[in-house]
Amino acid sequence: MATQHSRSAARLMMAPAVILLLGWMLVPLTMTLLFSFKQYLPLRGGDLGWVGFDNYVRFVSSSAFWPSVVATLTIVGGVLLITIVLGVLLALLLDQPMWGQGIVRILVIAPFFVMPTVSALVWKNMFMDPVNGLFAHLWKFFGAEPVQWLSQASLESIILIVSWQWLPFATLILLTAVQSLDSEQLEAAEMDGAPKVKRFWFIILPHLSRAITVVVLIQTIFLLSIFAEIFVTTQGSFGSRTLTYLIYQRVLESQNVGLGSAGGVYAIILANIVAIFLMRIVGKNLDN
Amino acid sequence: MGRITLDKVTKSFGETQVIPPLDLTIDDGEFTVFVGPSGCGKSTLLRLIAGLEDTTSGEIRIDGTDATNVPPAKRGLAMVFQSYALYPHMSVRKNIAFPLRMAKMDQAEIERRVEGAASVLNLSDYIERKPGQLSGGQRQRVAIGRAIVREPSAFLFDEPLSNLDAALRVGMRLEISELHKRLETTMIYVTHDQVEAMTMADKIVVLRAGHIEQVGSPLELYRAPRNLFVAGFIGSPKMNFVSGEEAGKHNAHTIGVRPEHITVSESEGRWRGVVGVAEHLGSDTFFHIHQTGLAETITVRADGEVGFNHGDTIYLTPRDEVIHRFDQDGLRIA
Repeated sequence: MATQHSRSAARLMMAPAVILLLGWMLVPLTMTLLFSFKQYLPLRGGDLGWVGFDNYVRFVSSSAFWPSVVATLTIVGGVLLITIVLGVLLALLLDQPMWGQGIVRILVIAPFFVMPTVSALVWKNMFMDPVNGLFAHLWKFFGAEPVQWLSQASLESIILIVSWQWLPFATLILLTAVQSLDSEQLEAAEMDGAPKVKRFWFIILPHLSRAITVVVLIQTIFLLSIFAEIFVTTQGSFGSRTLTYLIYQRVLESQNVGLGSAGGVYAIILANIVAIFLMRIVGKNLDN
Repeated sequence: MGRITLDKVTKSFGETQVIPPLDLTIDDGEFTVFVGPSGCGKSTLLRLIAGLEDTTSGEIRIDGTDATNVPPAKRGLAMVFQSYALYPHMSVRKNIAFPLRMAKMDQAEIERRVEGAASVLNLSDYIERKPGQLSGGQRQRVAIGRAIVREPSAFLFDEPLSNLDAALRVGMRLEISELHKRLETTMIYVTHDQVEAMTMADKIVVLRAGHIEQVGSPLELYRAPRNLFVAGFIGSPKMNFVSGEEAGKHNAHTIGVRPEHITVSESEGRWRGVVGVAEHLGSDTFFHIHQTGLAETITVRADGEVGFNHGDTIYLTPRDEVIHRFDQDGLRIA
């Protein structure tokens, strides 16, 4: 029924949404690109004119750049690994019939509803505090010296906090995938002589592969830009400075908008490199 | 070998007993069909034999040895599921090879057996495809292929044809029967379709609410149903039941007359009625006859060329030698 008239009407009605989305995306992107070619120091003289690729060179040659890329990828990789391995196990566990299943499932999802800032504060003060934290008490109970989590193992601590936040998401998606598995397939495998572990490896895991790729894709998008957890806990010290955090420091702490914008462009490039790799894998997985 | 014996087997889910104590022997090489209406426990019984469900009490023996607590994989049985239960991420070849791989069989032997099964089942052209790219009938064949490569002592089929369309079902029915003739392995086949039961079985087990109503060859069940349930279940169209005065003439509480055992006439006969619906199949015509004073409707199977129309008066004469007589408990009077 798409007549000429209805088609133009449809375009007209979609226009506000499209324009809004484009503006939302294009304006900041263009401004970032613009600033990245300028020497722009808001508190020290403002716009000091065009400088070509100076900002780009400076950002990369800074000693903080490569460590920040490594930290970013470590956090993303670590969180993905933990959430997917534990997510699969938790999903299998929650799929078992048990008493109070509904309540347990809600409890498992709960961390996802906690704001990143709040959860980071809770972890920092209640668990990881070297004097009053639960972990410190636990270590002391066993006669060990409490670990100063955020300074001695800052990256690991952040991975732990972020994993805790994202585990419910992974579990939820993987649980629905586990539930959609045809039970006759498992019974057939059982009759075919596959013990539990092999049934998991040959039947359940391949069935979950699609859900796992979806989890990887969505989590990566969000994990590349985590900020609150670092801001609240380590402030980027002790090797926990990610690319996002470095850009924040350049723009707001050093008040160098041009340099920060150049970093932002690098972040876009990094995100796209990761995205291309992921899309390749996902495309292969979602095809069949 | 594949002789399966059930000895006082029961199965309860919680408080409800779905299989009351049940004894049954399935001989080696026999094609046994479990048939009954849905919810009669036929699938549960098959799953008990397969080992996918645990028996509540009683004993299952395979070739004389107690298999009641043996895990499914060790019972030497292969099962074909209603949904086929193919592994969607594996090619046909890998699907068929899966049980052999699990048995850690030699790679060359696996190759040989898979090729053998594929050629027997005409799957060689699709062997590298995934199940998602196959039609219903082809998937069914893959499922059977996965069962035969293991060379089991018995095959278990759980309503394998119910997801196929009518024409394909007839074809697959023949293929399974031929496979049985060739392999001469015990097969247990569950269905709710009495036509499948009649056409394929050496031995039919009619089940109702977990009870065995009758066991026998298809013709035994057709000729001498033990009670009203079996009489009504076996045969198509359904047997006509008449009770009251007419049954009294035969010294019975209820008499049963099969639609094919009634002759029709325009002018004379024992019972008089009016033709309701006439179903013309070409080879046969089924008349549904009302106002006979005997039962709500009497179904008659006549020759395809017999021409009665809606509203015509018709005379019916049952063939006395094939009238089935039942007492008030519904049991057959010999």
